[in-house]
Amino acid sequence: MSELLSRTPLFALHVELGGRIVPFAGWEMPVQYTGIIEEHMAVRQTAGLFDVSHMGEARVRGRDAAKFLDGIMTNEMATIRVGMARYTVMCQPDGGCVDDLIVYRLAEDEFLICLNASNAPKDIAWMRAHIGSHQVEVLDECAAWAQLALQGPLAEKILALVTSTPLASIKRFGFVFGEVAGAAGCLISRTGYTGSPGFELYLPAAAAEKVARALLAAGKPHGLVPAGLGARDSLRLEANYPLYGHEISAQISPIQAGLGWTVKFTKPAFIGREALHRQAQGGPVSSVVLFSLDDRRIARQGAVVFSGETPVGEVLSGTQSPVLGKPIGTALVAAGHAASATLTVDIRGHRLPLRLATEPFVK
Amino acid sequence: MSNVPADLHYTKDHEWIKVAADGTAVIGITDHAQAALGDVTFVDLPKVGASFNHGDVFGTVESVKAASDLYSPISCEIVEANADLNNSPDLVNREPYGGAWMIKVKVKNPAELAALLDAAGYAATL
Repeated sequence: MSELLSRTPLFALHVELGGRIVPFAGWEMPVQYTGIIEEHMAVRQTAGLFDVSHMGEARVRGRDAAKFLDGIMTNEMATIRVGMARYTVMCQPDGGCVDDLIVYRLAEDEFLICLNASNAPKDIAWMRAHIGSHQVEVLDECAAWAQLALQGPLAEKILALVTSTPLASIKRFGFVFGEVAGAAGCLISRTGYTGSPGFELYLPAAAAEKVARALLAAGKPHGLVPAGLGARDSLRLEANYPLYGHEISAQISPIQAGLGWTVKFTKPAFIGREALHRQAQGGPVSSVVLFSLDDRRIARQGAVVFSGETPVGEVLSGTQSPVLGKPIGTALVAAGHAASATLTVDIRGHRLPLRLATEPFVK
Repeated sequence: MSNVPADLHYTKDHEWIKVAADGTAVIGITDHAQAALGDVTFVDLPKVGASFNHGDVFGTVESVKAASDLYSPISCEIVEANADLNNSPDLVNREPYGGAWMIKVKVKNPAELAALLDAAGYAATL
């Protein structure tokens, strides 16, 4: 193995806490500390702290920043109010996804964008390649920021123990800059990727360890545990949040992925608009469904989905839902099968019925 | 460090075997294996009477993270499969050498037992 893996500013803390380190998207990250199910349930019942410093950040600023972003993002950018964030997809001309992102409006002419770890260099190159005549610059700030996600019903109570910044006034998808554990200049955002309430903290990289230790110490009496990427994945799947490379990809558009609400055809022009519009009007060739199984076997990525004896799709993500106590997953199925009550999935020779879900398993 | 009891035999695939004097043996997975798998959610075991050759897949142990095949360490016939694992697959994490034994088998070819690792030999592979 010659691939060089990056480490977040919290790597030593992960090792000290007993995290099991695995390679993920070019980073050495903890997949779990004590166990995925325990960490998952802590987030649903008390709180969990995730290091998500592998995520990338880009700053977009200049007179034309909003106009520029509206030309490359599917969601509306100009209407984001300063102090608010919005989820969006960035598409290729054919409608496939370059990435899905959270865009924070820092000022009228300045935005901070959160990028998926594995896509960050590609995203920044893509944005720069589409600047054209816009008065805007795209700054790579991936190394400047660390990110922590504090998630769970007790997240606000725990965060309040280590910050003087008022939290109650931060709305969902709102954010403020403030001090956390003595570290100035932290972006405190009421967002998350778990389906439980909580915050995401963008921290100057040098402050990350101090903030993480302060949160863990203050939160421990309230049930806060460090949580790894394993629980992050099972939590996001229960909440039906897409993961790039699974539910969305260069081959799976936001329309196919059920993210049509992020695609604003009221905007006159953005990259991918025509292809996405055709899919939205005529129906996509295939689409993503959410399912559970009444079994103990987990249908994992690549498992084949059948209608009768005909293969009609494949599993994109699969795990055990700790909340349901059943396997759950997503699958890409051919047009006409997304509402079928008779789909099955093959798991090592066993054909199990897919129970399609129309709502996330947690809200 | 994982626990490697001295009175068992092992394979490099992280299974343990306890051979009895009556020509039967009990088979499970090691402490190292359960720790690597993480939270076990399901154990798929064969029916009584099924026969396996050395190296055949006799079942699957499934954790939140991955499904792993179980390889028969010897040629054998299933005498009993541990029904407790149906309702409590997490026994594999808690008692890998005790309550989470997986299959009890009739040994078909005692000569194969000589190829198994002893505790020291297995510990050296970890």
